[in-house]
Amino acid sequence: MTPDEIRVSAKKYRAERTKKKHHVCVCMAAGCLSAGSDVVKTALEENIEKEGLGDSCEVRGVGCLGLCSAGPLVSLDKERVLYQNVKPHHAGDIIKSLGKEPVKEIQCDLDQPFFISQKKVVLENSGRIDPERIEDYLAVGGYSALIEVLTNWTSSEVVDEVTQSGLRGRGGGGYPTGLKWSTVAKADGTEKYVVCNADEGDPGAFMDRCILESDPHRVIEGMTIASFAVGAKLGYVYVRAEYPLAIDRLRKAIQQAKKFDLLGANILGMPFSFDIEIRLGAGAFVCGEETALIASIEGKRGNPRPRPPYPAERGVRNQPTLINNVETYANIAPIIRHGAEWYSGMGTESSKGTKVFALAGQIKNTGLIEVPMGISLSEIIYEIGGGIPGGKKCKAVQTGGPSGGCIPEEHLNISVDYESLKSLGSIMGSGGMIVIDETANMVDVAQYFMEFCRSESCGKCVPCRVGTVQMHKLLEKISAGDATVDDLTLLIDLCDLVRNTSLCGLGQTAPNPVLSTLRFFRDEYAALLKPSSATAAADE
Amino acid sequence: MRTDFSKPAPPSNDKRWKMIDAAMRRYGHKPHALIETLHTVQSVFGYLDDDAFRYVAASLRVPLSKVYGVATFYHFFRLKPKGEHTCVVCTGTACYIKGANQIMKALEDELGLRAGETTPDNKVSLMTARCVGACGLAPVVVMDEEVVGQMTPDKVLERVQAWRES
Repeated sequence: MTPDEIRVSAKKYRAERTKKKHHVCVCMAAGCLSAGSDVVKTALEENIEKEGLGDSCEVRGVGCLGLCSAGPLVSLDKERVLYQNVKPHHAGDIIKSLGKEPVKEIQCDLDQPFFISQKKVVLENSGRIDPERIEDYLAVGGYSALIEVLTNWTSSEVVDEVTQSGLRGRGGGGYPTGLKWSTVAKADGTEKYVVCNADEGDPGAFMDRCILESDPHRVIEGMTIASFAVGAKLGYVYVRAEYPLAIDRLRKAIQQAKKFDLLGANILGMPFSFDIEIRLGAGAFVCGEETALIASIEGKRGNPRPRPPYPAERGVRNQPTLINNVETYANIAPIIRHGAEWYSGMGTESSKGTKVFALAGQIKNTGLIEVPMGISLSEIIYEIGGGIPGGKKCKAVQTGGPSGGCIPEEHLNISVDYESLKSLGSIMGSGGMIVIDETANMVDVAQYFMEFCRSESCGKCVPCRVGTVQMHKLLEKISAGDATVDDLTLLIDLCDLVRNTSLCGLGQTAPNPVLSTLRFFRDEYAALLKPSSATAAADE
Repeated sequence: MRTDFSKPAPPSNDKRWKMIDAAMRRYGHKPHALIETLHTVQSVFGYLDDDAFRYVAASLRVPLSKVYGVATFYHFFRLKPKGEHTCVVCTGTACYIKGANQIMKALEDELGLRAGETTPDNKVSLMTARCVGACGLAPVVVMDEEVVGQMTPDKVLERVQAWRES
């Protein structure tokens, strides 16, 4: 297919898409599916047939609609109606009510802050298109950024545009994406690679899963634009084996893109070729670290190696490799379509654009949200999230998973951007946001994360392998009430040592949950300590 | 030193080895196909055993020690067969905050098992997952591939009991 043919097809699909009077969209992402949305979808289809409405209504399986806690969700696209907790027996009423008053009993208020305070860029198609149909993606303007780039841009113009947008790595580190791209573009190498890190290992994070399940073509488009910018021929998506649905949809999307000449040899009949292979992770958190991920792509144990050299110079098979996270690639197409200036108009001085968060834990509205950078945490928790259920108080918000920290209630007015979160001892991370209520014990929380790091340490470097075990033992001792103030001092010393001497990010950040809980909830530690032998002797 | 690089014969006449061969062929029998091949073995046979290790090592020309090293490094690979039913408790942060520990404890007490073990009658395997990514439904237990959200110790025990009696 040529660019013109794609444009013509896209126009046709757009017309087909809007032809029917009513669109009943059923969320088919993993959250709603496990609540039974597939059965709901079948029931809706049966009812349309029963009522003989096949000509005017269509049921569509779509990606994540966001409010996972109220699933299964069904949305009426044109009428702007959302139904929550839909059971198969509601299907008849929903179909009968089309064109009339919505079914009040299961209607979800779309004017609540959960919906109106969000700003959707990455998730713009999520819940609107069928992720298993490339036709749907083309109909909403998909691949137009790729066509634009391939027909009218030079590779350095693409790098410049991404640089000017101010986009920073969404995997957690926040490294400027444009800078990374220009390093790989300038690097010498016989062949270069583009890698998408979809090894979403942070427990409590499901943004990448939802993006891949809801809009896989967007990631493929972003990666293809990246490969054009840096001069790569082959790309890998490294995705967790624990996400079978995401893998399945990505596989389908790659096949479809190839069929439309949007991927493979001579894309759109032009002298540019790029192919994508999927590599399955196998349940090792450390593989989210870029050098470990590269080792895993090569079929080896996921052991990290010292940097430099960075993957931008020597990555997969020792060739220059661009590694970005799923959400980073998902931002590329809109940046090209609307321009860097539009993108940098959102967010704060140093953190541009939007960020997707997975909101979970002790909060009323759990689910997937996308907000502009610079929004306050309290707005996310109390307005979008709807506050804490059961009349309880929020104690802390955990961001960044095992590498992050806990931000206490009194600091919730903080702006969500890379620097502010760092100043409180946490990190932006990939976007997991867990709300902890007043019933939780923070020493327990620290111990939970340390147990995680202990078990996920790859064992290559001593500080992390031994340090995480010892820190975990000390936390156990504190929890059991057997520790003295000397043990606490030892724990703090160990945190410092592991942080400064570990080989990779896993070890360097493993002490963060301990340090941040110590910083804000020291009294909870102190309450568990028994008097040290020295003070006990002095008392006598 | 091994000089014969011809393709080794499969460990048995089981037709399923053809699927493993196909997976390795897709990657040109290159050593970097090791993890993908082990994934295929596990999805076909359910777990990885010594025969599979030896066959994959010889076919991809990777030392047996490396194959074993990779298989034991990644949590996803199982070296023992699963029971008839599997119960996977998610231990992600959201599930932890919402009481996954109590669910795990209830199961451990009821079945007399630790995570990763199978009941002596081979009925139920108890496992844990780092995070299944369904945090909106926490706490989550995956029961025979079915993700069940908002779990409680009572609900999970009821379902496990039904398995044991079936």
